[in-house]
Amino acid sequence: MSALFLAWAITCAQIVLGFAMLCALGRLIRGPRAQDRVLGLDTLYAIVMMLLLTFGIQTGRALYFETALIIAMLGFASTVALSKFLMRGEVIE
Amino acid sequence: MMQAPDLPLWAALITALLLLTGSLLTLTGALGLLRLRSFYQRVHAPTLGATLGAGCILIASMLCFSVLETRAVLHEVLIALFLTVTTPVTLMLLARAALYRDRVEGNPETPPDTGQERPANPAEKA
Repeated sequence: MSALFLAWAITCAQIVLGFAMLCALGRLIRGPRAQDRVLGLDTLYAIVMMLLLTFGIQTGRALYFETALIIAMLGFASTVALSKFLMRGEVIE
Repeated sequence: MMQAPDLPLWAALITALLLLTGSLLTLTGALGLLRLRSFYQRVHAPTLGATLGAGCILIASMLCFSVLETRAVLHEVLIALFLTVTTPVTLMLLARAALYRDRVEGNPETPPDTGQERPANPAEKA
């Protein structure tokens, strides 16, 4: 009973996170300027990290946690590099 | 793909509630990102998902794995700590880059320079 309820809730959360990803993707595609696109990409990274955590809860494996950690770090590095590029025109000076 | 770990009822209830709350908050932030008008308004919206939404889902994951393995599993704190440190840094960098670009282009929607900001490099002032 409780497992069925939890399975239903996890699936709902995944669907809702999918819609959030669609919103961020819309901003990534539409975004009038480059900084809007970078913001959409950053949001997309954060949502993917949360989605991986829900997959981890669903399967009960710790593997997904490590993937989520790596995705979070990649998101940080890419956003910093992209905003540095927008500011200066180059990443490493 | 309807499957779930076998948790006791109280843990299942709390995990489900935290998961739904976190995902709905994230959706709210993403909708704000899609709907708000200017970039400086939009930059606020996704932080709702990055702080409260991610926090709820991380707590749900911690609770689920702690109950499953009957010991305290706290490695999700790593992600929470990392997000807390990096989100303000990245978004301030991005907002500064946007401000710089708008001012260089003389964009009319740029927030005005109030003269109260610190100069980027204090040594340049002297």
